[in-house]
Amino acid sequence: MKELKLLKGNEAIAEGAIRAGADAYFGYPITPQSEVMEYLMAERPEQRTGMIVLQAESEVAAINMLYGAAGTGKKALTSSSSPGISLMQEGLSYIAGAELPCLIVNVARGGPGLGTIQPSQADYFQATKGGGHGDYRLITIAPASVQEMFDFVALGFELAFKYRNPVMILSDGLIGQMMEKVELSEQKPRATEFDQSWATTGTPANREQNVITSLDLDAGQQEVHNKKLQAKYKKIVENEVRYEEFQTEDADYLFVAYGSSSRICQKAMELARNKGHKVGLLRLISLYPFPKDIVRELSFRVKSILCVEQSAGQMIEDVRLAAGCEIQIEHFGRMGGMIPIPEEVLEALEQKLIGE
Amino acid sequence: MDIKDIIKPENLVYKKTSLMQDKALSYCPGCGHGTAHRLLMEVIDELGIREDTIGVAPVGCSVLAYDFMDIDMQGAAHGRAPAVATGIKRCWEDKYVFTYQGDGDLAAIGTAETIHACNRGENITIIFINNGIYGMTGGQMAPTTLDGMRTSTSPYGRELGSMGHPIKMTELIAQLPGVHYVARHSVHTPRAVRRTKKAMFKAFEVQKERKGLSFIEIVSNCNSGWKMTPVKSNEWMEENMFLYFEPGDIKVDGKLVEKKKIK
Repeated sequence: MKELKLLKGNEAIAEGAIRAGADAYFGYPITPQSEVMEYLMAERPEQRTGMIVLQAESEVAAINMLYGAAGTGKKALTSSSSPGISLMQEGLSYIAGAELPCLIVNVARGGPGLGTIQPSQADYFQATKGGGHGDYRLITIAPASVQEMFDFVALGFELAFKYRNPVMILSDGLIGQMMEKVELSEQKPRATEFDQSWATTGTPANREQNVITSLDLDAGQQEVHNKKLQAKYKKIVENEVRYEEFQTEDADYLFVAYGSSSRICQKAMELARNKGHKVGLLRLISLYPFPKDIVRELSFRVKSILCVEQSAGQMIEDVRLAAGCEIQIEHFGRMGGMIPIPEEVLEALEQKLIGE
Repeated sequence: MDIKDIIKPENLVYKKTSLMQDKALSYCPGCGHGTAHRLLMEVIDELGIREDTIGVAPVGCSVLAYDFMDIDMQGAAHGRAPAVATGIKRCWEDKYVFTYQGDGDLAAIGTAETIHACNRGENITIIFINNGIYGMTGGQMAPTTLDGMRTSTSPYGRELGSMGHPIKMTELIAQLPGVHYVARHSVHTPRAVRRTKKAMFKAFEVQKERKGLSFIEIVSNCNSGWKMTPVKSNEWMEENMFLYFEPGDIKVDGKLVEKKKIK
């Protein structure tokens, strides 16, 4: 029988981590994601599965604990919100450079600076273009429901270990805080046997030492390492594009959105269709790799595109790069923690695209 | 005569530490790092715990420690070694985890990570090399640079009023209940080397018994950064560094030690 539970998005991340068989979580409180660690602490995962939960002294410490834990080859994650994720960028760059598999959850809020605690999608650039120093990428996936908050933890770990690369779940305060019914998957046991060939376990007599580092002082060697990373990212781009289409078959106009904005667009699409406007929605799931082929394909089929984001327009840059023709591409968004309502989106569609 | 005729096993009095790699050290001749590395590897070798030991290298002169220590290691970001070690230890609670950090790494940029790992009583060992200067970047003022000491960023001498005081991290963390064993030693004389090695054995023993954090400061010279000969730098260290950073046990079995000087 299905196991259903009413959960907050943040709680779904936590329950998802336990059920995915995670070994360790390190975090630091920040609104609007504090329920992740609160739920974990209350659930006593050390008794349920043996999973470790530790409250760090800062996000800087949390991401470096994650670096240490991920280096052992075990399944570890952290979560935070925008200002905390900014603090983690140094560690993320090291994790990417050292090719460590792990999961980072960003329940984003409005910025810049201390900003606000309300939802925002203004961390798109940071999440999809690297974020810290150096040429690297995170695999970035964007859930649009509490169910997906739960499901994407397991998916994130799967991708992280498949490519030995950090994976980011880019969510926002809206999805983190809202409650929805979640179908829980069965408890996956924590791995007792896993690939330790590259990990720090202590050096047995039958192999050479394992070293986890992102340092190579030799520029030539560092370039070789960079080329290896880029080859990996190419594979990720080839294999891990994820998106969903809604009523694009007959669409004259197209919404492109991800995460909570895509939920709002679904409603706006319904309102628009009721008024006779043929609107479709392309909902991006993977933000890196960016689903550029489908954007290009649809750009040849529709009259114009409206990118809906809770930002000043960040994803729209990738949409414009991907679109294959001289098509009108407009932005609509709210900023600083304001959430657009479907009627506003409809109005933007009518004014900017349809010309009413 | 062949070298094998000269060096016979029965005549062996000293050999290369087996857990030190066959590489030339990147440290300046006369620097204490090499000795500290060797002692640490000797202790791990003699305890027979190589298979269960993970080290964390810092950023600083010993950033390449894993090129010399032949054990599993992770290189940490500057100052973050205690957090990295925490992550490792929490995942491998039955294994031995140590950090090896300099004064800039541990007592400046990594102050928060150091204090909180100590305060949580992480069952790890921290080896803290204090030479009062940023060696790797070319001799800048460190958090432990002494009053009046000249460095490239305090060319007229450290001025306490504007540049702050040299920080005694070891005394500071010794106050924390999570810390079980704290000692300060050096590696510049045979006697000091023996004391340091003994302290390292003790530190790993504390870790084995899960009693909390063990912390060893090694006051060391930086002849290049101090712009002295190795011999002169060790004399200067005894005459100046030891007055402020006094060698000896600071906390044993979880209890602060009454001041007693090592002669």
